[in-house]
Amino acid sequence: MAIFLTAESRVMIQGITGSEGRKHGARMLAAGTEVVGGTNPRKAGQTIELNGASVPVFGTVADTMAHTGADVSVVFVPASGTKAAVIEAIEARIPLCIVITEGIPVHDTAEFWARAVDAGNVTRIVGPNCPGIASPGKSNAGIIPADITTEGRIGLVSKSGTLTYQMMYELRDIGFSTAVGIGGDPVIGTTHIDCLRAFQDDPETAAIVMIGEIGGDAEERAAAFIEQNVSKPVVGYVAGFTAPEGKTMGHAGAIISGSSGTAQAKKEALEKAGVRVGKTPSETAALVREVIRSA
Amino acid sequence: MDLFEYQAKELFAEYGVPVPKDKVADTAAEAREISAAFAAEGSPQVVVKAQVKTGGRGKAGGVKLADGPDETYERAERILGMDIKGHTVHKVLIAEATDIQAEYYLSFLLDRANRTFMSICSVEGGVEIEEVAHSNPEAIARIPVSPLTGVDYATAMEIIKAGRIPDEAAEQAAMLAERLWAMFTDEDATLVEVNPMVLTPDGRVLALDGKVTLDDNAAFRQDHERFADASSTDPIEARAKAKHLNYVKLDGQVGIIGNGAGLVMSTLDVVAYAGEQFGGIRPANFLDIGGGASAEVMANGLEIVLSDPSVKCVFVNVFGGITACDAVANGIVSALGMLADSGGQVDLPIVVRLDGNKAAEGRAILREANLAVVEQVDTMDGAARRAAELAAAKGA
Repeated sequence: MAIFLTAESRVMIQGITGSEGRKHGARMLAAGTEVVGGTNPRKAGQTIELNGASVPVFGTVADTMAHTGADVSVVFVPASGTKAAVIEAIEARIPLCIVITEGIPVHDTAEFWARAVDAGNVTRIVGPNCPGIASPGKSNAGIIPADITTEGRIGLVSKSGTLTYQMMYELRDIGFSTAVGIGGDPVIGTTHIDCLRAFQDDPETAAIVMIGEIGGDAEERAAAFIEQNVSKPVVGYVAGFTAPEGKTMGHAGAIISGSSGTAQAKKEALEKAGVRVGKTPSETAALVREVIRSA
Repeated sequence: MDLFEYQAKELFAEYGVPVPKDKVADTAAEAREISAAFAAEGSPQVVVKAQVKTGGRGKAGGVKLADGPDETYERAERILGMDIKGHTVHKVLIAEATDIQAEYYLSFLLDRANRTFMSICSVEGGVEIEEVAHSNPEAIARIPVSPLTGVDYATAMEIIKAGRIPDEAAEQAAMLAERLWAMFTDEDATLVEVNPMVLTPDGRVLALDGKVTLDDNAAFRQDHERFADASSTDPIEARAKAKHLNYVKLDGQVGIIGNGAGLVMSTLDVVAYAGEQFGGIRPANFLDIGGGASAEVMANGLEIVLSDPSVKCVFVNVFGGITACDAVANGIVSALGMLADSGGQVDLPIVVRLDGNKAAEGRAILREANLAVVEQVDTMDGAARRAAELAAAKGA
């Protein structure tokens, strides 16, 4: 098992003929992912060579699903077209839609999220502005480097891409069941809580690492959820203790407003819920080693 | 991007949200002229308002009534150049004085927690809404707004009624709310706030003060440039922006370059943490050069970070993911070469930590390049410590 993305997942790419779609499509294939097709309305009926494989291009998400059995879509289309692409995926009722694109206006994200809810949450949305999902040894959907870690028993959920990679690499000897990059935007589809719930239910996951950062109150709400619902050990890390108020730190969602959204408040909430929180990424990795030994 | 009050009100006016007559001035002389023109039109009394992107202007003495052009000149002269919570006043807004019968509150904003929009409305306005939330929480109505259905007149009226705005003001307030929502969506705002929304004795409803935050991610489809403000932007941040670098100026001594927003934020923390042992050494900036980390981007990044005179040492913290460390190492070597060629010889210590894909190859490239200023440390915590130590030794 793994969460959300397994060896059976059939992955398609929206924007497969663009430079990002091609580059990462090839990487996903090299990592063993079943990349079954992709979309570009102007190139429907053609095929595209990715990593030595010939991958069919369709006009719509619905066509791709009908012909290939795709059940996961990875979205690489530029920010100006992302809303339409995600709404198309929702309307095609694909079970999982991973939005890699960054720089999407939040009005667009709020709208496609509302559509997903309106459609009965048939489509799980991950992102936007996220690195995707990696279930090492099984499947890789997005831009997480596949060769920095191994398959194992840690589940990871994170707002940040490179911090995720750092953690996966530091703990590569233990390995990961699934790593989910949920993205750093103010509005995202899948949350820390969704991943914590799935990891709690996943028999292959023995311990969970949760990486948060300043902005919003998602970590505080995750802490409350952990207290009530998660019996597996959770180790946390929060970035942004030195961030000044009112400045956006790279990620659109990483901003402290007033006294809310601070790293200190998040750390305290997590510790109150029994989560051990590392002061640095390395210290966090060391804590994971400790808990996995006794898990 | 936060707007100044005068910019917010320009937008209000564009969308038909009623505002008092006003005009912005850069100098006291201009303020006098505006006041004279208003007096000629029958509004001798004006309010002189400091234009700064922070709250508490009134308490700081940045908002004053003035009777006629001469007093306006005096008031403006005193307010211009004033420091309000670290913000220097470069402009004043001259607005005709408005008689106030009652003050209300109205806003539309992004509701992150519920992944939707929200309206906040209250019969108690004129003070910060957080204060009302604290002192009289029942006086505040929070109404979720779906991005799919938006706000028409009927919804606007529900919001106004929920905020218990009295009947005499309700109709106009609802009209104002409907227009404010149009502005919120059309301008890609994440916050539009009218505080206070006032009822005048002659029965008009006006937006007396406004706060607007626009979504930077929407800059590709909006004309945000027209609100750009050179005077209150840090000059290094402005140059970084022109080079498409994600840079935020901070107040420490260790220049930071890294790849990925989360890793860079974490690097700042680790440096501050290590710096505690060296007399409070702190990070000097946030700079995310992105996943690619090409030589040119690295050179631009180094140039920007080193242009900050308080920087005593630079910490380059890169995790090789898709871009492997050998490419990053080559980038650093050619970046230093490019800077030396353009006369910007680097003489401050640069601590480099490379980890991840092809870390060994990357480290070897830097070793063999034998650059006098570069010192490699293999772990993030160790490198942060060394950078703090070197900055302290440089007399930071």
